[in-house]
This record gives sequence, structure tokens and C-alpha cells, in this order.
Amino acid sequence: MKTSVIVFPGSNCDRDAAVALEAATGHPPAMVWHGDAELPNSDLIVLPGGFSYGDYLRSGAMAAHSPVMREVVKRAKGGTPVLGICNGFQVLTEARLLPGVLMRNATLKFICKDVYLKVERSDSMFTHRYVLGEVVRFPVAHKDGSYFADEDTLDRLEGEGRVAFRYCEASGAVTEVGNPNGSSRNIAGIYNETGTVLGLMPHPERLADPALSGTDGAKMFASLVEALP
Amino acid sequence: MKARITITLKQGVLDPQGKAIEGALHALGFGSVGNVRQGKYIEVEVDESDPAKARAAVERMCDQLLANTIIENYAYELEAA
Amino acid sequence: MNIVAKAARALKAPSRDIVAEHGLSPEEYRRLVDAIGREPSLTELGIFSVMWSEHCSYKSSRVWLKKLPTQGPQVIQGPGENAGVVDIGDGHAAVFKMESHNHPSYIEPYQGAATGVGGIMRDVFTMGARPIANMNALRFGAPDHPKTRHLVAGVVSGIGDYGNCMGVPTVGGETNFDPRYNDNILVNAMTVGLVDAKRIFRSAAKGVGLPVVYVGSKTGRDGIHGATMASAEFDEASEEKRPTVQVGDPFTEKLLLEACLELMATDTIVAIQDMGAAGLTSSSVEMADKGGVGIELELARVPTREEGMTAYEMMLSESQERMLMVLKPGVEVQAERVFKKWGLDFAVIGYTTDTGRLVVRHAGAVEADIPLAALAQAAPVYERPWTPKTPPAALDPHDVPAPNSLLDCLEIMLDSPHLASRRWIWEQYDHMVMADTVQRPGGDAAVVRVHGTQKGLAISCDVTPRYCAADPREGAKQAVAECWRNLTAAGADPLAITDCLNFGNPERPEIMGEFVGAIEGMAEACAALSFPVVSGNVSLYNETNGAAIPPTPAVGGVGLIPDIAQMATIALKRDGNLLLLLGAEHGQLGQSLYTQIMLERSHGAPPPVDLDTERRTGDLVRNLIREGAVSAVHDVSDGGLLVAIAEMALAGNQGVTLETAPDHLPAHALWFGEDQARYVVEAAPDKADAIHKAAALAEVPIRLLGRVGGDAIAITGETPLPLKTLRAVHEDWLPRFMAHG
Repeated sequence: MKTSVIVFPGSNCDRDAAVALEAATGHPPAMVWHGDAELPNSDLIVLPGGFSYGDYLRSGAMAAHSPVMREVVKRAKGGTPVLGICNGFQVLTEARLLPGVLMRNATLKFICKDVYLKVERSDSMFTHRYVLGEVVRFPVAHKDGSYFADEDTLDRLEGEGRVAFRYCEASGAVTEVGNPNGSSRNIAGIYNETGTVLGLMPHPERLADPALSGTDGAKMFASLVEALP
Repeated sequence: MKARITITLKQGVLDPQGKAIEGALHALGFGSVGNVRQGKYIEVEVDESDPAKARAAVERMCDQLLANTIIENYAYELEAA
Repeated sequence: MNIVAKAARALKAPSRDIVAEHGLSPEEYRRLVDAIGREPSLTELGIFSVMWSEHCSYKSSRVWLKKLPTQGPQVIQGPGENAGVVDIGDGHAAVFKMESHNHPSYIEPYQGAATGVGGIMRDVFTMGARPIANMNALRFGAPDHPKTRHLVAGVVSGIGDYGNCMGVPTVGGETNFDPRYNDNILVNAMTVGLVDAKRIFRSAAKGVGLPVVYVGSKTGRDGIHGATMASAEFDEASEEKRPTVQVGDPFTEKLLLEACLELMATDTIVAIQDMGAAGLTSSSVEMADKGGVGIELELARVPTREEGMTAYEMMLSESQERMLMVLKPGVEVQAERVFKKWGLDFAVIGYTTDTGRLVVRHAGAVEADIPLAALAQAAPVYERPWTPKTPPAALDPHDVPAPNSLLDCLEIMLDSPHLASRRWIWEQYDHMVMADTVQRPGGDAAVVRVHGTQKGLAISCDVTPRYCAADPREGAKQAVAECWRNLTAAGADPLAITDCLNFGNPERPEIMGEFVGAIEGMAEACAALSFPVVSGNVSLYNETNGAAIPPTPAVGGVGLIPDIAQMATIALKRDGNLLLLLGAEHGQLGQSLYTQIMLERSHGAPPPVDLDTERRTGDLVRNLIREGAVSAVHDVSDGGLLVAIAEMALAGNQGVTLETAPDHLPAHALWFGEDQARYVVEAAPDKADAIHKAAALAEVPIRLLGRVGGDAIAITGETPLPLKTLRAVHEDWLPRFMAHG
């Protein structure tokens, strides 16, 4: 399985993503610099976390217009799986590969902590190692993570089964208490129409190692390894 | 020409920063203040003397990058630089 | 009229006013004139003023700093470089330093704190290291002071935004509230980096005719005279200095970090120095002075952000995210390619020379021509008069009133600004990026894994200002000992420290006496614990209208855990396990949080530190951790034994049932006394024998405190205190305080 991690100026979870991908696939991913118009053939493209272009203007906005993203959009539309984590999710929405936007957290503060997520789909290439309705623990680390879309879009996402994860309490209850950032309908991650592009604010790559007090994130990479060639 | 661009959140989009500013203003005794919304202000110099062309350029840059039209509106004024 | 405008008017011999506004005394000015043999130009005066400021020259502290132990087999680089370096085995080295950004953070908390973090990270990556962890030590005024909330909010978000954007985890720190910091907060930031021990970069520009290269952000008029400001006492007018505060750009610093590390992987750099306080002046002077060469700069080549900048402004600007490098000849094109790739400015702005002089030209005119020896070696050094502080007498615990209920008292203490959870702070810091944080904030020490290995670096920042205020010598000893203890409690071998010595006005003999006492105490502790000082800084004049801060010698320590599988945490693990105390009990309530919180008094001598006992007890605990005999460890410090136990219970979400305490001391002195050299450990019952034997062998007293189990803290004769209740008050204080803005 060939993977690529896109590196924007200001990306800072590129190494973390690479470590998790290598642990899952056995091969280091290609690290692709934003200025490169050439994107190697990949079975999976990862847009990592960080502060691309300092997140100046709006989080992810400038990265969404960098040369390499034109190619990423083309590949995504051609069916290549794309995983956007944190800043990567913000880039995916700004590039219009996913609907909605990530706005400033309701608390207005950066928040870094473990959160609980309810797995809303266990039949996607990203999540088939999870059980439907399972509660998993992933860390979040963001200031602009409040998912917003208009009511019609939210209804459509839910109707089409495109909500990947929702923030919840440890018990699995999807409540305001379990929602760290004010996201609409507790949405933590969403798919595109074909289920091949996933964007999520929490960081699966940060809890994919027993030494880091949790391995719930590792199952996402294991799912991909099984589903992809 | 110089464009002065103002970007604001669309009505109905939650604005926690605006809400916080409103709360702070109330705390300072400006009790009559309400409906605070915050936004961005951007100045751009466009190397273009034809106002119509400058307008078109500014609108393109707003649509493509400066504003996220899912949640934001923009307005601008042009003046000779 | 500001200082620059005033100075610009004075073309030839600067007036007495201008000299005074540059912070030079009349004697220092005479010394300057003697050193160069004539009256200085304005630019020269500016250069001297920053180089001879307290901040750059350490003129009041230097004679005393020499007393600190700085050597050891683990030390690769001691004080004098951008950061200290210690050997951590297998060809790796840890690079670290702590630095103050106190005055700028008081004037503009967000930018002041942010640029403090940016500056200390530059110090570390200048040495060739990738920063892997940040920490900070913050002191704010009383919670009810009108400025405190605003300062806390600004400082915390400034630290967070900078470190978060850089992608370097901020893994912990400490925060105090004390009215003596009302007008002088302290923001001390520490960075730890990792480097290949064979590829450490230093600042000595050895060699003549080598290109001097400027990289990073452009130069603006930011922070002109920041270094001089940081060396002057505050008054109300200081608030007007706001426009000169530097603004941080963490995005550019991230690019600068990556570009520097990329270039450092090639064989092109002779010397490198970051442009921190006093910017281009101190970086060029220090590189040339250490290399024993001269340096010639052409300022027209300096990338500037604003038009019409003068030589004076360019030499004194404190614009952030800039570096000065001396390259090998002929590699300029290769180096430029790297910096252009990262979108950064790159300019050859001068050459090293054999003249031993700093020559600054601007568009043809010579603006400064100074022998470097005059700037560096001829800098004033003061042996300021000092009066020792007489420490208060020890407090007899029998004279201290007892509370009605120990557990009520515990609840009140954990609901106080002094012991309340700092979660509200550290959740605003990305403490997990880089995916190597194996021990998160909230414990004795944070631990980051050495990437790709099983080794861990334990890091802790410590000082107890109220002890130092009562007895600077004993307090400083305690700061070093507590740091050593915190690293030990995580299972680490303590390696070395960096320090941030925050004091008032050294021209007052009683303040100088505090400084001297603190140095002597630190020196004694560092020597006894083989825990040398490898880097640090001194921040003086932390006083406003004659009211000084308590002496605050903050210590940042680094230790090595050979295998993170043998790391200890404070969280209690299992029902039925035993809770044991290692260390002697004397019931020391002098300067304790018990008296401060419950009686609103701070009196008596702080707990004495016996360094022999510290070492013996710590070595015992570390061995127990490595042997797997203990499942949780916490050192006893602020608040005493019962507070330590409560913190362990909360961290592990496990209750405890405590045995009746021995009666040779009043119960509140046993449970809340702050005796040093003590650790609480959790152990499975079948390990108890071995632990008792090991303690007897090490001559360390041991006492069974109780058993783990249930969901409350229980003491005979009192209603158990549910963890849920305790957690609620402990977690609630800070968010509630901050929400009331």
C-alpha cells in the first residue's frame, strides 16, 4: 500500500502521521512538499494536522489553494482515498471536497485533550475495524474545530450516512457536555458522497501506540490497510 | 487602485467572538450594546486603473480566497491608490 | 517625545539626558569614552547601551554566577552558549534553557509571552537541536487584583498559540498567585531539544573573510530598546512603552526552524546565533568576540520591513524570528537555496575581519567603529553591596492551631488558588503533538520519549517563592532539591538544570543579599545532588515603585529515563494496594500552605533541606521504580502529605483509607507539614517486605499510610471525603475564576 503525506509550510503533524502510517503499512509514506505539482501514485493521501500558512486568513484556506491541492482534488474526485486530520479537515472543507466549515471553538480557546467519539459508520474503508456505535477515545488539539453547515446540509449529511464520528460522553451519550468545541450536531468527522474522503478534527495518529496511553486510533489505519491494495 | 475589503459573518452564523466582545462591552458598562458581530478588514492594492477590471479582480479574489462564502459575506470600496 | 526621536536629534556628543535614557550611568559613560578614546556616535551609544545593559552583560550577577557548579561527566556544553547540552547516551544529547520574558509580558501579555516562547525555542534550535518540549513557570499577582485575570488569559493564550503553531508540545509547568507579583508578573519559558551529540552548533565565528548572513523575517522597528527596558525598574510610564513591544510570528519561526535544521544537515555553517534581545548588535558582537575576530556589517543589505530605517534602529531592533550565521566561504548559493525554499529572507550582510573591531556601515557612511574588546571584556562588572537576610526562627507545630476537620481542610486547600488544578491552562497547550508525550501535564514531571527509542526525558520546573522570600538560601536549595525529586519520582536520573533567576533591584543591598543567598543555596544543592547548571538567565529590576517580587530562582531540570517501561506516574492503580511514606516526618509548618490558606499567615522558617537525606531517599525511590516494586510515586511538596495523597487518588480515580497517624506530632502537622525529602509510593502487598528492607538498608524511615480502594478519602473519625466532591472543587477553581472576567 502506497501512501503520501502532503506537507504544507506550517504542517506539524506530518511526522506523526508518517509514523502511524509506517507502523500500519510497513512502509514509510512519500512526504510531498506543497510546491510539488507532481504527486506520486498513492493508494491513500493524508493531509496532516498543523497550521498551514500559519492558519492566517482562515484555517486551511491558503493551503487549499496551493499547487499540490489541485492534484489532490483531481485524485480525490477520481476515487483516491483522502484522509484529512485536524488542519487537513479544514483544508478539505476550504478546497470544497467536503461541505461546511470549521469555525472558532465555542469556548474561543485552543483545546487539547482526549475526547470520546461515537463511531457512526463501521462499513467504510476507514472504520470497518470499529463496531457500529462503539465509543473510542481520540485526542483533539485545535482552536478552529467547531463544525458548521447550514441545516439542509446537515440533514443531507445525516440522511446519506456521511457523519463518520460524533463527539460524545464516555457513556456514548451524544450531549452538549461531550461536545468540546460547539460543533453542529456534535459532528467530529464527515465523509464525501462516495465515502472515500474522510475529514475529522480528532487525531487518530496520536493514540496509535501503547506507550501513548491508548491505541484506538490504530484501528483506523488498520482498517485502511485491510481495505486498500 | 486600492480596495478596502470588509468580510463579515452571514446572518445566522454563530459568532462566538462577537458574543464575547458583546459580553466584555456589557461588563465595561456599555449596557446599550447589542448584536455585536466581528469580521475582517483587508486592504489590497491592485495594479489596475480601470475600475471595472479592478472590481472584477477584487470579487474574484474574495470568492476564491479572502472570504469563505459558505459563512461569510464581503463588501469593498475602491479608491485610486 | 520618544527616546529614538530624541536621540536622532543629538548628532555628535550625546547629551547627559540621552545617555541617561540609554540606561548608562555617568561612570559607565566615562568608561565607554575611555574604551573607544572619543565620544560615541548615536549608533555607538545605542550599541553600548544594549551590550552593557544588565540583560546582556550580567554586570550585577556575573561575579556570583561563577559560584554555580557547571561541570559533570554528562555536561557537553555549560553556560555561555545559546543553551546548555547534556549527554543522554547512544550519541544523543539534550539541549535546554529557560529564559524570562517578564517585563514585555506585563506590558502586553499575549505578545510578550508568545515572543518569550519563540525566543527560547530559537536558542535551542540555534544549537542544532529540534525542540521536543516546552515548559513554563508563571507567577501572577493576587487573584483579586484587577489585572490578574487579563494577564493570565493573555499569557496563556500567547504561550499556547506560539508553541501550538510550532508543533512543539508544551508539556507542563507551574503557576503561582501571590500579591507580591501584582505589578511584576514572571513569565519564564523553557525549551528542551534533541540533537545528535556530534552535530552541535555554536556561536564562535572563527575565521577571517567569512560571510555573515542574515536569515528569517525582515527587520522592523519592533522592541527598540527592549533589552534596556528589561533592565530598568517599572513605573506607570512604562505602560506607554507598549508600541515597542515585539510581535511574534510562529509560522515564520516554524519555517526558520525547518530551514535551519535543513541547512545544519550540510557542512556549511561555522557559527550561528539567534537575534534575540538586542538583535543584530548582540548576535554580531557575541559571534565575533567568541571567535576572536572582527566583523564588518553593511546595513543597506539588511532586509527591512519599513522604509527609511536608520543604522541605530537596525542595530537595536528586536524584530523576531531572525538569525545571524557565519558560513564557510563559497556556500552562500547553496544556503540561500534552502532559505528561499522555505520562503525566508537571506542576505549576506557582512564579513568577518582580522581587525578585532565591529564596523557598521550604512549606505557608505561609517555609523559605528568599536573595538570588540571594549564592548565585551571592558563591560562593567559590579560587586554590589549586599546584606544577608536573617531567616525567621523555626515554627513549633504545637503553636499552630489545628483545624476542626482534616478532610474539610483538605477540601478547602484544593479549592484554593495555590493548589487548584491547572488543567484550564495546560489544555490550551498542545501537549501531545510529536506523539512522544508519554507522561502528560499534571504529574511530578512530564516525560517525552526520545523519538524512535525507548528512552524518555523527564522535565520539571520548580521553585517555591514563599520559601525563598523567608530564607533565600534555604529556598533556593529547596527549588533545586524539589526539581531533582520530581524527576526522580518519574523514575529518571536527574542530569542537569537551567535556571531563571528573577529578583528585584540589585542596587538595593537587601535585594542583592537575596540574590547572593539564593546563589549560595543553589550552588550547595547542585553540588550535593550532582545536578549542575548548564544554562540560564538572570532577570533583575522586577520591582515597581520600590516593591520587589519575592526572590524567585526558578529551576528547570531534565532527567533521563533509560526505559520508559519503567516510568512512574502519580496515579494510584489498584484496589488493595498499600500506600507507603518514605522519608522522615518533622511536622514542618513554617511557610506552609496550611498556614497560608487556613490561617492566612506565612511565618516561621521554611522546611530545611538536608541534601544527604534527599539523595539517599531519592536514590532509594528510583531503585524501587526500576525494580518494579512500586506502582505509583509522588513527591511530597506544597500542601504536605495529605495533599500529595489526594492528588494521587484524583489522578488514578482510586480512593484511599488512611491509618491513624502516629501521635508524636499534632495530626495537622503530620498531614500538612511540608517536610522535604519525602515520597508517597503505592505498592502491591507482596512487595511490602522488599520495600521495607530496601528502606532499612538506605536508612530511610518508612510508614504505612493506608490502603488503596473505594471512591473516597477516609480518615478514622471523620466522614469520608468523596473523590467526586474533591475533584469538583479542585477542577472548578481556575475555570470559575477565569470566567468571571
